[in-house]
Amino acid sequence: MSVARFWRKIPQRYNLIGTRCTTCGRYFFPPRSFCPECRRAGKIVDHKFAGNGKIVTFTVIRTASEQFEQLTPYVFAIIELDEGPRISAQIVCSPDEARIGMRVKPVFRRIGADGVSGVIYYGTKYAPAE
Amino acid sequence: MRDVAVIGAGCTTFGEKWDTSFRNLFVEAGALALEDAGVAGEQIDALYVGNMSAGRFIEQEHVGALIADYAGLASHHVPATRVEAACASGGLSFRQAVIAVASGLEDIVVAAGVEKMTDVGTGASVDALAGAADREWEGFAGATFPGLYAMIARDYMHRYPLTREQLGLVAVKNHYNGARNPIAQFQQEINLETVLKSSLVADPLRLFDCSPITDGAAAVVVAPLDRAREFTDTPIRVLASAQASDTITLHDRRDISTLDATIAAGQRAFRMAGLSPSDIDMVEVHDCFTIAEICAIEDLGFCRKGEAGRLTEEGVTALNGDLPVNTSGGLKACGHPVGATGIKQVYEITQQLRGEAGRRQITGAQIGMTHNVGGTGATVAVHILGV
Ligand SMILES: [Zn+2]
Repeated sequence: MSVARFWRKIPQRYNLIGTRCTTCGRYFFPPRSFCPECRRAGKIVDHKFAGNGKIVTFTVIRTASEQFEQLTPYVFAIIELDEGPRISAQIVCSPDEARIGMRVKPVFRRIGADGVSGVIYYGTKYAPAE
Repeated sequence: MRDVAVIGAGCTTFGEKWDTSFRNLFVEAGALALEDAGVAGEQIDALYVGNMSAGRFIEQEHVGALIADYAGLASHHVPATRVEAACASGGLSFRQAVIAVASGLEDIVVAAGVEKMTDVGTGASVDALAGAADREWEGFAGATFPGLYAMIARDYMHRYPLTREQLGLVAVKNHYNGARNPIAQFQQEINLETVLKSSLVADPLRLFDCSPITDGAAAVVVAPLDRAREFTDTPIRVLASAQASDTITLHDRRDISTLDATIAAGQRAFRMAGLSPSDIDMVEVHDCFTIAEICAIEDLGFCRKGEAGRLTEEGVTALNGDLPVNTSGGLKACGHPVGATGIKQVYEITQQLRGEAGRRQITGAQIGMTHNVGGTGATVAVHILGV
C-alpha cells in the first residue's frame, strides 16, 4: 500500500476515529460522512471508539500473502465493537486461545511492511481483555 | 424485451497451463464456441469478456480490445468490453451479453471469461485475490480469501449442525464429478480422509476445502431465440438473468454465514423465470470453498438454513441424487480460473441440457441453474437455462 494511501487513514488506523449520526444514533467505523438510514436528514459528527468489543467469528491464518507470511500462524477475527460497528483485525493471542464471544481490547502494533527496507505500517490489533 | 438463447459454447481444459498464454487461452475457447455455434467471426456484433485481474496476474489491462484483436476481429472493429466483478466476472459477462441481445441492440454476442493465474507465485496470487475483498479494511489487516471463508465456516458451524466430515464430503463429491469431466483440473476421486488430513490453510478450512489456482477460458455465443435455429438444432433458452450486490466487507453483512446477495439474486431469477427451486434439475454453484457450496444450496432456496450438510451426506447433491450440485466438479475439482468460472458454469449447464455431458449426464435434464459469486458475496449472478 502506498505511503499516501496509508497516511490518509492514520486517524482511523491509530486512534479508531469513526463517526456517529446524531439523528438516528448509529455509529460508523470506518467513518461515513452520509448516514445510509437518515440520508440527507442525518447529522454526522466524529466519534472516537474506545475499541472494546467481542469476537463474532475467527480463524487462524496459516497461508498468507507475502506481506504477512512471517506472522503465520496468526489469529484473525471479526470483532463487534461495543458501540455496534464490526471490524476485521488480527488478535494477539495463541491459536488455541481464541473463541467466539471472547472480550477483546485494542493494542497498537506493527501491522506489516513493504519488504525488508520499506515503510513499516502500524495500526490497531486486538488482545484478550479477560 | 426479446427472448435469448445460447447457440454455442466452448471451454479450454482447466489447469496449470504453463505452456499457454492468456491470449491463446481465450482464442482457443472462443474458436471452440464459434465452431460449436457455426458462427463466423464477421457475424459477431459484440464481445464481452469476464476477467478479474489480468493487471495483477500478467500485468496487462485493456483486455477487451486485446482479445478481440487476437480473435481476428480487429478489422471488423467489433465492440469489445471487459467486465470485472472479481470471481463473478464471468457471470456478469454472460449477463451483459444477454442484456445486449434482449434489448435488441445486438444480435450475435460472445460472452467469454479468461484468467491466467499461474504466471505469478502463490503469495502474489493470494494477494491479487485478496483484492476481491476490501483492501483498506480487510486486506490491510491481514485477511486472506480462505481466511474470510473460514470465518464464515466458523460462524456457520457455531450456529447450525454441520460436521467437519459433512463439509469434507462436499469436496469428495465434487472430485467424483470432476473425475468424469474431461476439462477438469483434477480428474481423480478422493476420499474423506484425504480432505481431513490435508494441511490447514485457515482453520477450520483445509487445503482440500479450497478451490485451486487455475488457468483457463470459456466462451458462449448468445442470440435472439427467434434466430437461434439458424445456427443450431439445440438452442438453450435463457429463462432468467439476475444479479445482486451486498456490502464489500464480510464484517458489515447482516448475517456472516448467509449470503443475502445470493438470496436476492436467486429470488429475482425464480420470479423472472416463473419457476421455483423444485423445478431445477441441476445447479452449478460457486464452491470456491466447501462452506460456500453449503451456504449456496440453502441461500438459493433448495433447503432451509442448516440442512445442506445433511443433504450432502445423504447424497441428495450427488450425480445420482435428487438435486445434483456441481456436476462439472465445481470450482473445487474442475478448477477456478476466476474470470472464466461463471462462463464455465453456463458451458456445463448447456452440455447437460443438450445431453452431451457424457459420464456425468443427468438423465432427462430440462432446467439448470448457475450461481456465481464475487468476493465473499458482494456480487452474485444467477442464471436459469432451459431447453
Ligand atoms: Zn442516521
